[in-house]
Amino acid sequence: MSSQDIPEENLPAVQAASHAEHEHGAVGVADEKNPFADPGLPPHEHRVQDIDERAAKRSERAVALMFTLSMVATVAFIVSYVVIPKDKAIFVFPIGHLSALNFALGLSLGLALFLIGAGAVHWARTLMSDEELVDERHAISAPPEVKAKVLADFKQGAKESAIGRRKLVRNTMFGALALFPLSGVMLLRDLGPLPGTKLRHTLWSKGKLLVNMNTNEPLRPSDIAVGSLTFVKPEGLEEDDHEFQTEIAKSAVMIVRIQPDEIKDKQELDWSYQGIVAYSKICTHVGCPISLYEQQTHHVLCPCHQSTFDLSDGARVIFGPAGHPLPQLRIGVNDQGYLEALGDFSEPVGPAFWERG
Amino acid sequence: MSTTPNTDARSSREKAPAGERVADWADGRLGIYSLAKANMRKIFPDHWSFMLGEVCMYSFIIIILTGVYLTLFFHPSMNEVEYHGSYIPLQGQLMSEAFNSTMHISFDVRGGLLIRQIHHWAALIFVAAMMIHMMRVFFTGAFRKPREVNWLFGWLLLVLSLFTGFTGYSLPDDLLSGTGVRFIEGVLLSVPIVGTYLSFFIFGGEFPGGDFVARFYSVHILLLPGIMLGLMVAHLILVFYHKHTQFAGPGKTNNNVVGMPLLPVYMAKAGGFFFLVFGVIAVIAAIASINPIWAMGPYRPDQVSTGAQPDWYMGFAEGLVRVMPGWEINLWGHTLVLGVFIPIVVFPLVLVAIAVYPFIESWVTGDKNEHHILDRPRNTPTRTGFGVAWLAAYFVMLIGGGNDLWATHFHLSINAITWFVRIGFFVIPVLAFIATKRICLGLQRRDKDKVLHGRESGIIKRLPHGEFIEVHEPLSQEALHTLTAHHQYEPAMIGATVDENGVERKVSGAEKLRAKLSKSYYGEDSQIPKPTAEEYKEITSGHGHH
Repeated sequence: MSSQDIPEENLPAVQAASHAEHEHGAVGVADEKNPFADPGLPPHEHRVQDIDERAAKRSERAVALMFTLSMVATVAFIVSYVVIPKDKAIFVFPIGHLSALNFALGLSLGLALFLIGAGAVHWARTLMSDEELVDERHAISAPPEVKAKVLADFKQGAKESAIGRRKLVRNTMFGALALFPLSGVMLLRDLGPLPGTKLRHTLWSKGKLLVNMNTNEPLRPSDIAVGSLTFVKPEGLEEDDHEFQTEIAKSAVMIVRIQPDEIKDKQELDWSYQGIVAYSKICTHVGCPISLYEQQTHHVLCPCHQSTFDLSDGARVIFGPAGHPLPQLRIGVNDQGYLEALGDFSEPVGPAFWERG
Repeated sequence: MSTTPNTDARSSREKAPAGERVADWADGRLGIYSLAKANMRKIFPDHWSFMLGEVCMYSFIIIILTGVYLTLFFHPSMNEVEYHGSYIPLQGQLMSEAFNSTMHISFDVRGGLLIRQIHHWAALIFVAAMMIHMMRVFFTGAFRKPREVNWLFGWLLLVLSLFTGFTGYSLPDDLLSGTGVRFIEGVLLSVPIVGTYLSFFIFGGEFPGGDFVARFYSVHILLLPGIMLGLMVAHLILVFYHKHTQFAGPGKTNNNVVGMPLLPVYMAKAGGFFFLVFGVIAVIAAIASINPIWAMGPYRPDQVSTGAQPDWYMGFAEGLVRVMPGWEINLWGHTLVLGVFIPIVVFPLVLVAIAVYPFIESWVTGDKNEHHILDRPRNTPTRTGFGVAWLAAYFVMLIGGGNDLWATHFHLSINAITWFVRIGFFVIPVLAFIATKRICLGLQRRDKDKVLHGRESGIIKRLPHGEFIEVHEPLSQEALHTLTAHHQYEPAMIGATVDENGVERKVSGAEKLRAKLSKSYYGEDSQIPKPTAEEYKEITSGHGHH
């Protein structure tokens, strides 16, 4: 088809007529009794590219243009990689400030890839044959004679192995195969130490000073204003300690100061010092650090799952999925006037577990 | 080497073009001609929804490609180091090597941030595409015999991807992901009897310890993707072996596949589609930041940020955990942490419900035939209702998982949202089921109406005696066939309870349940009988104006 004009026999009307003559893949024929029978595949409808070489040429050029632009985009990627400094930021409306390098590389890579895909799909849709073809299906299951042959072969094989007759061999083999994976299970033992009582103890003990997490200084009662929230760690625990992360995961404590007459829980009052109360910062739900304090109500909220505790009432759970109050740390003041712990927590901190009791 | 034929003196084998000679070589060793005979011109039917599975496959390939690149720079170690990279706000901070190397990838490797963002975006898209692909398969009944096993393969891919995703976003050891890992510690601790042991064995001792990044790393880059790659190949082999399903239509039967051949059309379309998916994800990664770990900082077990959210696909589990009342039972010196343990049991159970659905439905229908023609969702109202109910439960829990964001963005009480989710989890799926079933039945009635009375043409005709009627155009034979091609089951009945000797047999509970379910699937309240040829004839031969 090199002619500029559309050949007569390519026009749709002529095509349809020729289709009507030899019906195309008909599967069922409609009749009086069954008006819903399958009329068979409808005749193939030509696209403009099938009948008009100029349209086909336009498609060809469009596809080639996309592939060419993809090449340009890849060159742009390489140029961006070389030219744009890593730390350059640009403002792109409406997204905001972006890393120029990331923006240029992503955009050029994205375009290079997208244009390859778009070109290929456009090629398939406009220039490749779009005539629907029919494949027959074959039953998934095997015909009966195949099945019979396989079963016979299997019986023959089983008989030749004597697995049914020599039961001692069979049973000991099953035994051996069943036991050997135990070695693999044993090997998992050293994945970790046994829990022991590790979850019950923290670094806190009698006489340990309460050290301000931010200033790294011990605290005096006068440092704690009413309504403030202070995060503390036990004296001696430093950020560059090897075990810092694991220890702080249990020992993090928050202290707040409440007017003593607002403390509703008697034990809380006994364990506090002039209204200064120290509670574990680790949520009893699944262990997030609690960090939001509402000074008017003395509520603290865990930002992960919104468990809310009332610090003026024994850290009782007043909302959310936590199952028990935050453990309180008993505190006092030492000879030099610094806040100190009067012992470890009396119960495990953090989430509940089977052995907690 | 020249590929043009040289002289006639050469043997016919030498004259073959180079490509053919390479193919001959491979055929002699791999048997590629027989393989190509069956597959090169394999027919695939065309429908937009058949492309969803391709999005899954391509995003998975993109994840593997970018993931391999990331391993070249990432250090899976929790040793504490001081940051000296080019991001000034964090300089001098202590952080794990994992976080440090992720910072290095993001700021000091050219294109590293792009690859990281492509990797993460592709992971989110992968999981989303799998869920949507599964919805397509579910709502069209493509999971029916012979494809139940492939349904399970796909389901396993989804479940494994959740774990792969989780272990992956935990690797940078940033404040947000570390909080997520601690959540996992709490979940492990809640398991009765063995919980503390599980936690100690996974973390190599107390949380966080110094092991989990290295352990998650080998699980994330080797164990899980290895299994998933195998499953994906098996999934594809079965797709080829079963041949693709197709929607009913003229010329399309349960015994054929109508469509275009793999070579060249789907080679170009599907191959091109890989580049389209990759290109779109690359552009997203260019303009949309994801997981900006520098803004969150390194993990510290005593610090947290507000609005902590897992990746979206964990939102369902997150919702369950957030809205569950904090039940704890203390007995005989032990604690049963139901408040955490129940959600974590419900989550897999809800997933298992999807896995076993094909087997339940085939038990109810008792149908042992192969099904290659897809159902339109409206023609299976009960199944469609179940699917929508499941999705409704899922979305209610997604609201629960983001209850803090809903509260702050819409100025709502978080208590009210929590109670809404608690009640909604049980009520909304039921309402969704009823509504969906009714909509399906309505659509079935509409189809029936169209078959019997034709399409509303919008042409108003005035009759000689002044009456106005709308002209209905009869449907084409193709449309009539397509709208009535679906099979309608009869509800299963409990067989005779008295045998030929008059001995009463016991009707098992399972049999009663099956009859009941079957009635709810195929009873008269659950499907509109298809128009029959007689009805059609009666109406069309008659008075013309309807």
